[in-house]
Amino acid sequence: MNSRGHWRKSVLRNLEGYLFASPWILGFLVLTAGSMLFSFSLSFAEWDAQTPLREIDWVGLKNYSEMVKDDELFYKSLYNTAYYTLFSVPLRVTLALLLALLLNQKVKGIAFFRTVFYLPSVVVGAATAVVWSWIFNPSYGLLNGLLHRMNLFLNWIHLEALRIPEPEWLLSEAWSKPALILMSLWGLGGSMLIYLAGLQGVPSHLYEAADLDGASAFRKLWHVTIPMISPTIFFNVIMSIIGSFQVFTQVYIMSGGHAGGPNNSTLVYVLYLYRKAFVELEMGYACALAWFLFLVILVLSVIIIRSSALWVYYEGERR
Amino acid sequence: MKGGKRRGKQIVTYGSLILLSIAFSLPFLWAVSASFKSLEEVFMRGVWLPMPPRWRNYAQVFSKIPFHLFFLNSVIITGGALLGQLFSSALVAFSFARLRWFGRDFFFILMLSTMMLPAAVTLVPHFILFKSLGWIDTFLPLVLPSYFGGGAFSIFLLRQFFKTIPTDLEDAARIDGCSSFRVFWQIMVPLAKPALATIAVLSFIGHWNNFMGPLIYLDSYQKFPVALGINMFKDAYSIYPHYMMAASIMALVPVLVLFFLAQKYMVRGIVLTGMKG
Repeated sequence: MNSRGHWRKSVLRNLEGYLFASPWILGFLVLTAGSMLFSFSLSFAEWDAQTPLREIDWVGLKNYSEMVKDDELFYKSLYNTAYYTLFSVPLRVTLALLLALLLNQKVKGIAFFRTVFYLPSVVVGAATAVVWSWIFNPSYGLLNGLLHRMNLFLNWIHLEALRIPEPEWLLSEAWSKPALILMSLWGLGGSMLIYLAGLQGVPSHLYEAADLDGASAFRKLWHVTIPMISPTIFFNVIMSIIGSFQVFTQVYIMSGGHAGGPNNSTLVYVLYLYRKAFVELEMGYACALAWFLFLVILVLSVIIIRSSALWVYYEGERR
Repeated sequence: MKGGKRRGKQIVTYGSLILLSIAFSLPFLWAVSASFKSLEEVFMRGVWLPMPPRWRNYAQVFSKIPFHLFFLNSVIITGGALLGQLFSSALVAFSFARLRWFGRDFFFILMLSTMMLPAAVTLVPHFILFKSLGWIDTFLPLVLPSYFGGGAFSIFLLRQFFKTIPTDLEDAARIDGCSSFRVFWQIMVPLAKPALATIAVLSFIGHWNNFMGPLIYLDSYQKFPVALGINMFKDAYSIYPHYMMAASIMALVPVLVLFFLAQKYMVRGIVLTGMKG
């Protein structure tokens, strides 16, 4: 009797747990697991989302082989994304760290400076992309306006040799990607805040010990600060890479929709995927592209996580 | 001697901080300045203080596009999704933090691992699902998914918070015969207000800024949220940059206001993001 009551209670308890978690479990089954399965199957088919699903064309590995063998734009978009990531991530990660280090020096008005650096990352979206596309306007934009002033000044002090070019930015094949990278730096405030939290967790006795040993500021940074916050650096690196491989909104707006900028120079990977799926209505091909992206992100993450044993220091972990 | 060195260091620190903050705020200031310019001033270099400031530009935006409509759409979409995200993620987080059930830890790890999944993978299936339900060109695909847990990050954040609440209160309530739902609703939710506020703020900004979702699911411009409307405006009226800037500023205002009201909660959310790494 007693054990049956106990059993009933345990069933009820389990039921309750599942009931409370059911919104997520349902969502997971349909919107994540089911969708992944569907997307994976679709990647072996040709379908335009218009014809009935039962008339779908199963083509085996054709999407994948076409992607790897014949699709120049696939390589171009991969290159564009890699280019963007390769410059944007290291720059973001180091600049955000520098800003955090500056703010961590018990400066007055830290709240003000923190807000100024953090705010752009909060508002990044369609509206700021519109603002930036005007900032990059070659003739009337803010950026070339400033460069022009600087060049006038250089002329005036007869240092014409140092003149800086005033590029066409988003209108030029060579400068459109640097423009996007520059804009992405404006949104590094989130990473900076995470660093700041990490820096505030470094115990002060370590610095005191270093001071006693007469360590210079640089040595303290290199031998105390950086090792102690390496888990935070690791986190920011991973998150920035995952984010920059999926960049879309800013690029879509600044490169004139799915056009991808001059000669597809800003056709980033997800933009190409969007074009395939929703402009050219090649749903199967788009799914194949998506799974390839997943693979790339997975491999990159694994490489970084594996390498982290070499450069990330976890306190309390035996070596 | 030492004092002089420290002073020099301070000058360098403040100098770079001030220079950098100018660089970071310049785009905002420039957009505000451009939004008050006349058409001639927009195409002149080096004008920072337009004289007289053209307040009219802001009114002009409304006469060119139904900006108020975009605003209303954004409010409906953001509000609907935010409610769903708050309520459902709190329920699920409560289950993960406070209820004991078979497979709980497995599902929790599974949930965390979904954060690694690129949205691109489920993009096409979601579109096809919502299309087959006849939801294209409605707000449903933008709002309803939030009612299914509201995303791994908010569940995780709330679960961590629920875990820190002492069990005494809950035990006492259970002895008095409180159901789990009452424990959740009358004890946990009121105590978790700061964490809920963090999620509300992050969710608001996330949905307000969402661009790809509306781009895929909405066709008729009367249903556009601000993010899409502003892009449409940019394409149609690129010859009027001053209106474009005015529209952008107006699109930013809600997020800016929220930021200054709730910065405390946002900073906490971001910092917690880093903590899990």
